[in-house]
Amino acid sequence: MILYELIDFDILRVIWWGLLGVLLIGFALTDGFDMGVGALLPFVGRTDVERRVVLNTIGPVWEGNQVWFILGGGAIFAAWPPLYAVSFSGFYLAMFVILAALIVRPVAFTYRSKRDGAGWRTAWDWALFTSGAVPALLFGVAVGNVLLGVPFHLTEDLMPMYDGNFASKFFGLLHPFALLAGLVSLSMLLMHGAAWLNLKTEGPVVARARSIGIKAGLVAMAGYALAGVWLALGIDGFAIVSEVAVNGPSNPLYSEVSRGGSWLSSYADRPWITIAPVMGFVGTAMAVRGLQAGREVSTLLWSKLGITGIIASVGLTMFPFILPSTVDPNSSLTVWDASSSHQTLFIMLVVTLIFMPLILAYTSWVYKVLWGKVTEADVTENNDTVY
Amino acid sequence: MEIGLVELSRLQFAMTAMYHFLFVPLTLGLSVLVAIMETVYVMTGRPIWRQMTKFWGTLFGINFVLGVATGITMEFQFGMNWSYYSHYVGDIFGAPLAIEGLMAFFLEATFVGLFFFGWDKLTRVQHMVVTWLVAIGSNFSALWILIANGWMQNPVGAEFNPDTMRMEMTSFFEVVFNEVAQAKFVHTVSAGYVTASIFVLGVAALYLLQGRHKDLARRSIAVASAFGLASAMSVVVLGDESGYSASHTQKMKLAAIEAMWETHDAPAPFTAIGFPDKEARETHYAIEIPWAMGLIGTRSLTKEIPGINDLVAEAEVKIKDGLIAYDALMTIRADRENVSQEVRDRFEAHSENLGFAMLLKPYVDDPRDATDDQIAQAADDTIPGVASLFWAFRLMVALGFSFIGVMIFFFIRASFYQMQFPRWSLYAAVAIIPTPWIAAELGWFVAEFGRQPWTVDGVLPTALSASHLSIADLVITLAGFVTFYSVLFVIEMGLMVKYIRKGPYQDVAETDQWQQRHEARLQNSTSSEIKTPAE
Repeated sequence: MILYELIDFDILRVIWWGLLGVLLIGFALTDGFDMGVGALLPFVGRTDVERRVVLNTIGPVWEGNQVWFILGGGAIFAAWPPLYAVSFSGFYLAMFVILAALIVRPVAFTYRSKRDGAGWRTAWDWALFTSGAVPALLFGVAVGNVLLGVPFHLTEDLMPMYDGNFASKFFGLLHPFALLAGLVSLSMLLMHGAAWLNLKTEGPVVARARSIGIKAGLVAMAGYALAGVWLALGIDGFAIVSEVAVNGPSNPLYSEVSRGGSWLSSYADRPWITIAPVMGFVGTAMAVRGLQAGREVSTLLWSKLGITGIIASVGLTMFPFILPSTVDPNSSLTVWDASSSHQTLFIMLVVTLIFMPLILAYTSWVYKVLWGKVTEADVTENNDTVY
Repeated sequence: MEIGLVELSRLQFAMTAMYHFLFVPLTLGLSVLVAIMETVYVMTGRPIWRQMTKFWGTLFGINFVLGVATGITMEFQFGMNWSYYSHYVGDIFGAPLAIEGLMAFFLEATFVGLFFFGWDKLTRVQHMVVTWLVAIGSNFSALWILIANGWMQNPVGAEFNPDTMRMEMTSFFEVVFNEVAQAKFVHTVSAGYVTASIFVLGVAALYLLQGRHKDLARRSIAVASAFGLASAMSVVVLGDESGYSASHTQKMKLAAIEAMWETHDAPAPFTAIGFPDKEARETHYAIEIPWAMGLIGTRSLTKEIPGINDLVAEAEVKIKDGLIAYDALMTIRADRENVSQEVRDRFEAHSENLGFAMLLKPYVDDPRDATDDQIAQAADDTIPGVASLFWAFRLMVALGFSFIGVMIFFFIRASFYQMQFPRWSLYAAVAIIPTPWIAAELGWFVAEFGRQPWTVDGVLPTALSASHLSIADLVITLAGFVTFYSVLFVIEMGLMVKYIRKGPYQDVAETDQWQQRHEARLQNSTSSEIKTPAE
């Protein structure tokens, strides 16, 4: 079957690099507000009923949203196997913490209101807080580390190896720049969660959510700007120095990479990518304005635009790098040498083109069915069936 | 045995996978049963069927959420703990996993929210469609994960690419329509249906014993026993299909399950009971059923089934052949640009057995330096744990047949004895609730333990597949998972018991009203029939 040669290998690689971005952004835009709402829960809801209102705004949708994360894992496995192999084993303990949070979260949603008792419910509320806040922070820390480069190398058999013991691997992730990236990620998702609550409920819960959301949005902008300055002044970029075989076999060791220069030089090479950070700032600023003015739908949309810009700017800045290595730059994974085979990328693209529109269509239908605000009456009248 | 990184990684994967599969079978089966109940509700309009849907739906929800939560671990654990495996076969194995997300997970997860929260936002028919979509989504996910797993058992449609040092897909079609995967899929979902049927049967029997919710319990038994009977037969038939495909795809696994040390003249006998002894290479006190093995395994009276000893000898030949491929591969790797076509051709010709050469890696850094003793040892390693496979398989099969018996009994009582069940049978139904889970876990044990020493049969040894983590990493996560999962299990069981004890929410007034309207309708129709004169 030569059908897959319809699309050149390098083009497929770029498409799949873009789809990787789409998945990460899709995850941040949908599950992002779930995590934000979880992290806001103990602060915006003071009584049990208020907290149940907060939970029921995301009750029917968090499960579908979370699939963006799972699909992200599956799609990285299918389209970027070396990235899947190196990153998840390299960030081993951090991944374990994220998994633990994402396992507790569904259970907490479903089980919290299935028993009475203040102790039971308060315990689950804090579980929801932790499982929202910790991954929101750690995803940012991971992105920060990708920009800094990760201490791994590939053997000649392409077996991934990591330098340092388990403690240095885990605590080594907590570089100040990475923590700043974590702060940006956490605050932007808090803002997003607040924008969601602003749309989906009313009363004192919304007033508190807005107040926190405004502050979070401002922190996100300041942190994002600071991270940009830091990248310009204090962090080395990476560059491919050998000839680039964009259609070559996926073996990272075939290209030569050197460290040095700045990541931000890509803005000189490709000025159009400036649009991403601009979107990041404008979207976030408008979302903050919207929260102040009490606008509903538009605030959520601006918040989505801001998050899209911030995440896209990371990918566009690093292109073609996906996961640079600090200890052996030649092992760095790039778009041109860390993908699946030509045929697999093609087949997966066909499958995605069939199912992604379907997914978007039925997901939209579900949100339409659930349109409208969740009120205290909704919770008290359906005591047995809602969260 | 020394406990090293690979053993700990295996232990963690086995533990998390088997724990995940405590929830999956019930999700697979109960989603379908609930959808059937709701369909009856939509067709008849009887409120009791809606109450049944909601009641079993609540139990489904408590179970479903843990299936989802523990499934997240599975999706990422290949990369975390099996990074060389992920690199080596990701080009093939990743595809079904991603498709599973696109086709199945989104479907079930998006609609499961509406199933619980959409009762007053949707019409009856819309809600029923939502329920069916949840059931279909769950079952699709089983299809794709079993295509992935089937490929590990029978790696078709792929070949090694020396430039990328990994396996790459040559035929998506062959990967999807892998005979092993297809048989496994139906076997596994049927096992899920049986599990759910026994669960429903047991809980309903408990209500009958307690003398409460009798309407709901009887109807539940009627649905569960009919559905369970068909499924129990399907499990056994497709289990046999799996055995048949193993006779030409995974000969060593089959020989180990049957503890067949020597190749027997066709048709081989089936050892019903015996005590396999790996050291002595024989099965003590064996009770044999003549011809049976040959018939099951090859469906003929003339084809031979090779025994373990012959397969080990065969493995030794394959290791030596694989060494030729390994040598060619090293030549290619050393100077890729200038290597002659002759070397590449030599690699191609022998690459099929490259994996066998890699069995030598635990013994020697460069397999080409291996001594004859080491080669013999590596060939011996291809025998999985015979005694445990032998017994696990027999217990699973015995349970499988007994489920058919249970279902026949309840189906007959439900259909022809006015739903009257003797009390002893109700006690028995409650007592056997855990057995389908035992059978399912044994089944996975046989499938995966029987695949050893390979992660991908004949392609990649388990010993090479694991990530190079530290023992401390593994100890931390293993302890974390054990603690965490134990706590969740206790909480889950507590909620299940609470909701079973609480029982269904039955609106008596609504049911009575419906009954009156129904009787009025019946009277009208009978009276109108009488009015119409017979021609």
